[in-house]
Amino acid sequence: MSDLYQLASLKELYFSRLREFYRQPARIFWVYVFPTILAVVLGVAFQSRTQNTVQVDLIENASTDSLKRSLEAFQPEADKLELPKIEYKILPAEQAIKRLKTGKTPLVVEPTISPPLIYHYDPTRPEAATARAVFDDEIQRAAGRKDPISVRDEKLKEPGARYIDFLIPGLIALNTMGGGLWGVGFLLVNFRIAKLLKRFCATPMPRRNFLLAVLGARLTFLIPDVGVLLAMGVFAFHMPMRGDLFTLIIVELFGALAFAGIGLLVASRATTTETVSGLMNLVMVPMWLLSGVFFSSERFPAAMQPFVQALPLTQLVDALRRILLEGAGLASVAGSLAILAAWAIGTFLIALKLFKWT
Amino acid sequence: MLPHGFIPHMPILAIRVRNLVKTYPGRDGPVEAVRGIDLEIPEGECFGLLGPNGAGKTTTVEIMEGLNRPTSGEVEILGMNWGSNERAIRQRIGVTLQETRFPDKATVFETVRLFRSFYQAGLEPNDVLARVALESKANSFVEQLSGGQQRRLAVAVSLVGDPSVLFFDEPTTGLDPQSRRQLWDLIRDLRDRGRTSILTTHYMDEAERLCDRVAVIDQGRVIALGSPAELIARLGGEHIVEFALATDGVTTPIDPEQFASLDTVLATRAEGDGFALTVGEPHRAIPALLDRLEDFDRPLVRLTTRQVSLEDVFVSLTGRHLRDDEPSEVDAAKNGRKSRRGRKRSRGV
Repeated sequence: MSDLYQLASLKELYFSRLREFYRQPARIFWVYVFPTILAVVLGVAFQSRTQNTVQVDLIENASTDSLKRSLEAFQPEADKLELPKIEYKILPAEQAIKRLKTGKTPLVVEPTISPPLIYHYDPTRPEAATARAVFDDEIQRAAGRKDPISVRDEKLKEPGARYIDFLIPGLIALNTMGGGLWGVGFLLVNFRIAKLLKRFCATPMPRRNFLLAVLGARLTFLIPDVGVLLAMGVFAFHMPMRGDLFTLIIVELFGALAFAGIGLLVASRATTTETVSGLMNLVMVPMWLLSGVFFSSERFPAAMQPFVQALPLTQLVDALRRILLEGAGLASVAGSLAILAAWAIGTFLIALKLFKWT
Repeated sequence: MLPHGFIPHMPILAIRVRNLVKTYPGRDGPVEAVRGIDLEIPEGECFGLLGPNGAGKTTTVEIMEGLNRPTSGEVEILGMNWGSNERAIRQRIGVTLQETRFPDKATVFETVRLFRSFYQAGLEPNDVLARVALESKANSFVEQLSGGQQRRLAVAVSLVGDPSVLFFDEPTTGLDPQSRRQLWDLIRDLRDRGRTSILTTHYMDEAERLCDRVAVIDQGRVIALGSPAELIARLGGEHIVEFALATDGVTTPIDPEQFASLDTVLATRAEGDGFALTVGEPHRAIPALLDRLEDFDRPLVRLTTRQVSLEDVFVSLTGRHLRDDEPSEVDAAKNGRKSRRGRKRSRGV
């Protein structure tokens, strides 16, 4: 076959893309280390946010001592009931109120004669309301209150419902988006600036081989891109993996193609790094904010939902979460796949029409 | 590939360009970069496109290379045209663009091997690197190369498909003298191997040293075509005498025309702060000039002679210098006819 040598060019182009990637330590940092740090920082920050301690300032006056004694007397009982722990500072009135006003304490308790207790707090601060409820509950129990209805607490500790479980599929999707835009869009514009696209055009190499090699390299890097974050989630944070790997790979493949298409479109005309960076931010920033990577996209008003749901990142994040956390199969993520496929095909068709080689 | 050398063949045209026109849409109406160029370049020739920046050299070459489409006109490369034989032409041409930045993190060898894979037949990457004297850099990253080495890499890449026709767009612009000479040797070597080279340049000496023929291009047209020696001969004289007079405050301008009648002077022009005379025989013109200068009562501050160059050809044809926009009035051709007496030989013009 006379076209066999063209396979050699495809192979050479593909391997040169791979080599170029792993020889750039900066890229490895942004693709693997940075998302890992992000996951660890956010995961730890949100994981330790359990409300087991309430901090309160007590105003120092003649009645403070008896209040303190009754809190201390109740402590063993409170521990048995696993009530939140109350930490208090005893301060002069003036100083305590100042601390309240400057947000250094959520609640100031003033023991008086009648009524025995006054709570000073800002009800619009959620932790102030919580502190008041916790403190009041404990002091009423200490004073002998008996609850007419007995209840039992089931505390949720199951993997899958924590913030880190929510976050990791989002970060995987974010990496896929970044890979498509940087690994395809930014790369192609740099090749154009270096006159390499033009130089390639002056050879008998078919242009399709070059694009296939770029795309092939992108899909190859999907394996470590997804693998590193997935492994970290599963092994370091005990994130559940309820769906099957096959469905996950299919969804990621569609997502990667959609973002590669967007990358190609962004790169189709730009001739400076400034232009392409601007265009990439125009594409990425709205999706960072709207697509539910860090918080659920359901929070946006209903009027925005058609737009939010049409974004490829929203669909990729959503599909990944459902596969990983809910065990969704291929059929139940078909809607997301369809939207991602539409993005991939649409952007490729437009980009190939617009694309400037020389 | 067939061995080159002893197979007798009719001289075929490597390149034929007919009535080439390229118009770009511009803000103030269309810009005519190329306004009707005709060229015929036989196989084995080293052909130069000479002209100032913006003359249309690069546009012309890029149309020949199939990287740009002409607005109208025809281009044939080795008897094939771009419309129907693009892939076949690309197998047989090598292109060095004005500037290509190959990926930083690939080695020199990898870069050449990559381009080798694009061609059905070609040379071994190591042999090509030896020809551009980069074999010691084979395993260096592209980013570690100097400017001259990067340019030689670009040439190596254009050689790796063993092309019959090579294009060099300003191959030595911005290079140090040593790198320039290395590239010149390489281009001469290609001619010795029977390859056709087309190079654009705005360096006169480069065209004079390398090219069998040059086309002088200005404002999208060929304004002169021939071997460097022919073009120089067309100016009539062989030598240029340049001189300047002291200017102490008030000076009345001197018309260069006043020197036109001196012995063997063929043409005169004002040149910067002085004058340039095209002369047939300096040993007769200079004494005559010194005699005439007695009349001016202004001391001579500079007097030099040199050989006529392609630069002078360009200035006499356009009234402008090639490399900058330094103005110079031309009183050339019109004085040429009455001063023919000093001319030793005349070449067919």
